Amino acid sequence: MDFRLGPNADALRAEVAAFMEDFLTPERVESYYRSGVSHDPAFTQELIARGWFAAGWSKEEGGSERDPLEMHVFMEELMRHDAPTYANGVSLQVAKAITYGGSELLRREIVPKILRAEVICALGFSEPGAGSDVANAQLRATRDGDDWLINGSKMFTTNAHLADYIFVLTRSNPDVPKHKGLTMFLVPTDSPGFEYQAVYTVSGERTNITFYNDVSVPDTYRIGEVDGGWRVMTAALQDEHGAAFGVRTERLLAEAEAWAQESGRIEDPDVRTRLARVAAETEVSLLLQRRAHWMTETGTVPEAEAPMAKLYSSEALVRASEDLADLMGPDALRSYFDPTAPRNGYVEHMARFALGTTIYAGTSEVQRNIIAQRGLGLPR
Amino acid sequence: MDLSLTGEQAALVAALGDLYGTHASPERVRAAEPLGFDKGLWDQLLALGLIEMAVDEDADHRASEVDLALAAEQQGRAVAPAPVIEAQVAARVLAAVGSPALEPVLAGERLVTIALHPVNGGAARAVPAAAVADDAVVFDGERLLLVPLEGARTPFENVGAQPLADVAVPADAHVLATGAEALAVHEEAVDDWLRLTAAALVGIGARALELGVAYVKERKAWGVPIGSFQSVAHNLADAATAIDGARLLAQEAAWAHDVDDPRAAELTALAFAVATEAARDASYKALHFHGGYGFTLEYDVQLYWRRARAWAAVWGEPAAAYRRAADARYGRTA
Repeated sequence: MDFRLGPNADALRAEVAAFMEDFLTPERVESYYRSGVSHDPAFTQELIARGWFAAGWSKEEGGSERDPLEMHVFMEELMRHDAPTYANGVSLQVAKAITYGGSELLRREIVPKILRAEVICALGFSEPGAGSDVANAQLRATRDGDDWLINGSKMFTTNAHLADYIFVLTRSNPDVPKHKGLTMFLVPTDSPGFEYQAVYTVSGERTNITFYNDVSVPDTYRIGEVDGGWRVMTAALQDEHGAAFGVRTERLLAEAEAWAQESGRIEDPDVRTRLARVAAETEVSLLLQRRAHWMTETGTVPEAEAPMAKLYSSEALVRASEDLADLMGPDALRSYFDPTAPRNGYVEHMARFALGTTIYAGTSEVQRNIIAQRGLGLPR
Repeated sequence: MDLSLTGEQAALVAALGDLYGTHASPERVRAAEPLGFDKGLWDQLLALGLIEMAVDEDADHRASEVDLALAAEQQGRAVAPAPVIEAQVAARVLAAVGSPALEPVLAGERLVTIALHPVNGGAARAVPAAAVADDAVVFDGERLLLVPLEGARTPFENVGAQPLADVAVPADAHVLATGAEALAVHEEAVDDWLRLTAAALVGIGARALELGVAYVKERKAWGVPIGSFQSVAHNLADAATAIDGARLLAQEAAWAHDVDDPRAAELTALAFAVATEAARDASYKALHFHGGYGFTLEYDVQLYWRRARAWAAVWGEPAAAYRRAADARYGRTA
């Protein structure tokens, strides 16, 4: 056994961290927070210049061929430093899906642009009436000669207002079992009939509701087979299952520890007990995540193990943010980036941020279902 | 990163799985109650060299800390009535101070255990294995002592059916070490015990969870297996996640000790706290989902519920382990 991530990963971590600390000044991080949008073209250009943008892709495709553990370390550092990467991450995920099931046209025209960060993609999965039960999508796609007409609405299409394309899950056949009548499309956002409205969240992040009113899309913008959308979705979401929050808790703990040292509370046995508990849950979060990545790297699909990492690390972040806010007392009420807030109000921010983590990328309840069925073999 | 077992480690795990399966079956575990010691099992474990491998002078034969943690997990899975961890830790103490008392231990002639807490008021209380051992290593705050237990012990019945005893420490006990050396060796021994017991607790929790999962697949209510109810399935999914996390942490602590990682002591205390909580929670849920049957003595799950609590509590509560981890992480308070 060896719990080290290896010299390549360690070197990459140091290099990435040094860049982030230099580039991501408190002013920049505050401006991202105030805008509610996790995207900055200047930052993205810096990533491209360093070969870090499409780091997991092959060199021919414009990437730098980092292995899964290196990618894991890279993503950890992005998260630790609150880097504005959400639009980038989603766009690359869509590029994967296009490579997997897109037409020759899309693979030739769109993927290289995504890999050069010239276009941005957003996800259109959830609907006002279909969240965790995403296969219950009702947004309709109907044949119209060589084109398709799309009608309906999508919820939580984060970055729709920046995006060039939305990767949309549609109902193409209402007469078959729900998983078998879905088709995926890439919808250009300059299509007539496409509209969005901002939706603001408790954490300060902006998302959108999007409307499709007779939006016409060529058949070449279909990804995967007609009625084969579920397979494309599942493949695209494989990456999202790597979503885990151990580094968030680690950063939160570091802020709380700095507060405890500065205030002298670090001598208090109760404070020490509670900080050490968060340290334990941080370590477990990171270990569960790294196990899932190690399994992927060694050729095993972490069917129950990736959900364990997502479930545990998000729930641990909620517990830690609540408990550390309790520990700090009334000072924990002072808002993120308020000049009077201890440690920049990071604890206050995380208490709100954590709320989303047990919901998006598959709620805790969905993760528990997967663990129970695929990990423990319990009946549906 | 590599989480796989070597061929030798896999063989050790398989051999112990077989041995405990034969010599520490639930029937044998019950038969050993209330004392909590099975001499036949103990002889088998000695013959396998489980104590010797913890102290072997030949580095090629000495077990790594990861090996010992893997072995301890198997012991926990069987809730085996044999004081392997105490004997391994005590043997290491005797080796560390160069005591001739090690030889009869390795020859299987004397069973030596260790008191986890310093002597208080002339006695070491709740000493694990002291009801069946020949001697106990005891720290009195100044000196590390070797105390013959014949006539010095008062065994007591307990919830975990463990061979616990209070030990009166005579003024003229044999001195193994004094001063800073005594303190350092005892601290190291407590760390070793916490680390291996964490692994054993993972085994207890993992096996309890298996019993619970098997039961909820079979048992029907309202015409369906109760494991299909989300209130049942989700609780077991949480327990499975916690057990996996505790196992990874216990193994990381063992690995950290093997490679002299500076976080070894902190990870050890954290592993003990996390494994205690995970094993207690898993065994509680597994018992609870057996319904009324889980509350009877006839089902095996109660064996696990009792030991998940008792094996940890002879040292202390999780909060104490978190404070110990904080001492390693932040330095001790003034």
